[in-house]
Amino acid sequence: MTDYGAFATDPLFGLPLEELWFGLVFFILGMFLFLDGFDFGVGALFATREDEAERETLLAAIGPFWDGNEVWLVVFGGALFAAFPAVYANLFSRHYLLMFAILGALILRGLAPEMYEQRHDETWQTWWGRSFVAGSVSAPFFLGVFTAHWLLGIDSLVSIPGVVVGLAVVALTVVAGVGFLGMKTRGALRRDIVGYGPKAIGAYLALVVATLVYLVVFRTDIGLLAPLPLALVVVTLVAAGGYLATLRAERYTLAFGTVPILVFALVALVAVLLFPLADPAAGLTVSDAIISILPLNILSVASALLLPLVFTYFGILYSTFSGPIETGESYS
Amino acid sequence: MLDPVIASRLQFALTTIVHIIFPVMSMGLAPFLIYFTWKDIRTDDPVYEQLRRFWTKIFAISFVVGTVTGIVLEFEFGTNFAAFSTAAGELFGGPLAAEGMMAFMLEATFLGVFVFGREKVSDALYMVSAVAVGLGTWLSAVWILIANSWMQTPRGYELASESGQLVVSLVDPIAAYANPRFPWMFVHMQNAAVLSVALFMAGVAAYHIWQRDIGNDDDGGDARFWRKTLKIALVVLLVTAPFQAIHGDAYGRHVYETQPQKFAAMEAVWETDSYVPEYIFAVPTSLEHITDPRAKELLGIGIPGGASWLASGGDPQAEITGLNEFETEAPPVAIVFWSFRLMVAAGFWFILLAFWAAYRWWTDELYDDDLLHKAFVGSSLLGIFAVEVGWIVTEVGRQPWVIQGVLKTSDGVSPGLTGFEATLTLVGFAVVYTGLLGLYTYVIRRIIREGPPSLDSLKTTPQTASTGVTGDD
Ligand code: HDD
Ligand code: HEM
Ligand code: HEM
Repeated sequence: MTDYGAFATDPLFGLPLEELWFGLVFFILGMFLFLDGFDFGVGALFATREDEAERETLLAAIGPFWDGNEVWLVVFGGALFAAFPAVYANLFSRHYLLMFAILGALILRGLAPEMYEQRHDETWQTWWGRSFVAGSVSAPFFLGVFTAHWLLGIDSLVSIPGVVVGLAVVALTVVAGVGFLGMKTRGALRRDIVGYGPKAIGAYLALVVATLVYLVVFRTDIGLLAPLPLALVVVTLVAAGGYLATLRAERYTLAFGTVPILVFALVALVAVLLFPLADPAAGLTVSDAIISILPLNILSVASALLLPLVFTYFGILYSTFSGPIETGESYS
Repeated sequence: MLDPVIASRLQFALTTIVHIIFPVMSMGLAPFLIYFTWKDIRTDDPVYEQLRRFWTKIFAISFVVGTVTGIVLEFEFGTNFAAFSTAAGELFGGPLAAEGMMAFMLEATFLGVFVFGREKVSDALYMVSAVAVGLGTWLSAVWILIANSWMQTPRGYELASESGQLVVSLVDPIAAYANPRFPWMFVHMQNAAVLSVALFMAGVAAYHIWQRDIGNDDDGGDARFWRKTLKIALVVLLVTAPFQAIHGDAYGRHVYETQPQKFAAMEAVWETDSYVPEYIFAVPTSLEHITDPRAKELLGIGIPGGASWLASGGDPQAEITGLNEFETEAPPVAIVFWSFRLMVAAGFWFILLAFWAAYRWWTDELYDDDLLHKAFVGSSLLGIFAVEVGWIVTEVGRQPWVIQGVLKTSDGVSPGLTGFEATLTLVGFAVVYTGLLGLYTYVIRRIIREGPPSLDSLKTTPQTASTGVTGDD
């Protein structure tokens, strides 16, 4: 048997790997919610477009990206499984039907644009268009319900806080979608789309506030009233203000730049409120659930090598397809 | 309501059996697409642009369906096999995380460039994106097969118990991930994927050649495109088909050494015996033989001593341990036994088909033999069929274990799962996946019927478009 020496017994460079991995798992979830979030938002905004050319433009805007964006969810599942197998197993099996609702929504969202392009008759496109909208709205909704239930330790399929957080995440994806299309479209289409920005951010803030009030009144055990969570709430408010102001000033790239701040503030809030628990309903703490040192060290080295590469791939992809959509862009 | 254990197993079986179709398409197409892209960039011959564009369409749709079905699998370990995931997460989660970061990321980002970016990037970056996509598909096989092969031949672990719960902890990652099964599985699987796609391509090309009576010097429409497709597929078939059988033979020996109970099920050997024949065409003389095959009772055209020979690596007298001698109950022998026979029969048929077509090529009658064309059309999906039954041998043959010798499948299922939930999602998947397969078939058939983009629509410059249009180089 190979002797792995200190690599098998001591955390790499004495780093607090447990906490780092807990953070990393949420960072990956945040990447998913940010990147695929604007795809979902574009899907929701698709419902507002009647004109065939405009619909094609929206599909072309996310065409090269969504598949790569979605992989962040796969990596979230993989990282949670690899670092905290007990949390992965407990959470996913306890929220059994909810997980399959998310998967069903993702199947619909993934297939629909591909199918939409296959035939150009009206019934076909109407139905696939509707599927695209339904998948794009329900995926973030169920994901929001799941995250709320995770944090609050709720086991049932639906709950009021779950629904409120679910709707908040949907609103957030529309915020992201508007920001993205602000950069990708031009003219009348852009003017129309951007009009949804203030409504979406307003809805998001209202739903967030409702959730916070609920937490303060009914769930003092969650510990919202502490400096770090409150700071994240302030960040959210400031970023939302920035989003509104930059949209109004027609500075679309800047507006889109506030989206990751909003998303990561939300995800960080969930992580901070959970910690040191990793799965409250199962009573598992982060240090209960973490794998042993040797596999954790391997995982850390592998991720430290691979994540920079992943960011390079995304850099190449996004710079290849930067700039607004020209009409009639599709498969080569 | 079904028992949650049964429902989970059926659901996992159904979802992987559907998923594997799409990775086979994309992993098998990958080397072809790299070749077409290279030739498209390096030569003036427009047929390579046609080849690249036509097969990229099929690749793209396979990839999307592969993605949506793959995510389901990744989550199913947690939803349905929570006890397995908790116990073995330390070993099993790592490869899945690596697969996501190393393979899927590479594949899914560069696919955007490969499918949408021909006009936007340089030739060099376009070539890089073709290779990155192909490499990504193959790397995902590396990691998922590391995970699976470890379940067949677990190594490098220690068993511990944490508050009454079994924990398989990783003590030797090199031994675990470079486990003895992995190289066998990877080579057999990847060659199977390329072979399956070559058969599919040959079938599609033969269909057009047969239906439209395309001859040797026919130049109308896409005649040349289909001839070229058939020839390229045939060359690949000639290499991969014999290799698969030769490799499978040695692989069988390895299975005998590492999972003797599975091997006994593959051969339906109940009593330990020597000089066991290998029935390639076993003839069941009664219904009972189908559901309960027993090597001793089968009437078959067998190679005397063949199974012994397979197990021992050349000794027809070798002894094979019978199923009755193992302490654990036998896997469902009928499924394993007949699936194995179907795979092997398919393997020999592919060799025959390849030689037949090569002979016709040699006598310059490749485009004239309609019987051959029909055989190709009929065999176009048989490669994928062989992959399915091959996997059924692997997975059902491992039963009752989910991790060979370590954890029983029945102990791996999520403890809190109710029969109602499991049955509901099983029925849901049966419906959704039937629809999914129907849609995929429909779209692929449309693409095939439409054929490649016409030469006039290609964006090549006029001088290059007019050269090399005649003859089949
Ligand atoms: C085109 C597909 C194809 C063809 C023609 C063959 N196989 Fe195969 N076989 C597979 C596709 C496959 C597979 C689906 O890819 C499997 C499942 C797991 C694996 O590693 O490969 C497999 C597994 C598999 C196993 C291992 C089962 C296990 O791991 O428990 C053996 C012993 C063989 N094959 C043997 C053969 C032999 C003797 C063949 C003779 C012609 C053959 N295969 C043809
Ligand atoms: C894609 C090709 C595959 C096919 C067609 C396939 C097929 C099957 C089938 C038929 C079963 C049910 C066996 C039974 O319960 O009797 C099964 C079970 C299972 N397979 Fe696979 N499998 C494939 C690949 C994999 C891979 C790559 C993994 C792991 C990484 C895997 C992990 C499992 C697990 C965990 C179960 C459930 C437990 C069990 O029943 O043993 N499978 N698979
Ligand atoms: C049963 C275990 C399996 C699991 C959990 C699984 C998981 C996944 C996931 C999550 C995806 C989507 C990736 C994305 O978003 O891009 C995917 C796609 C893919 N899987 Fe699987 N998979 C399994 C079996 C297999 C097997 C046996 C192979 C091949 C040997 C394979 C090869 C691929 C490939 C090449 C893709 C890319 C999509 C495509 O090309 O169609 N998978 N798989």
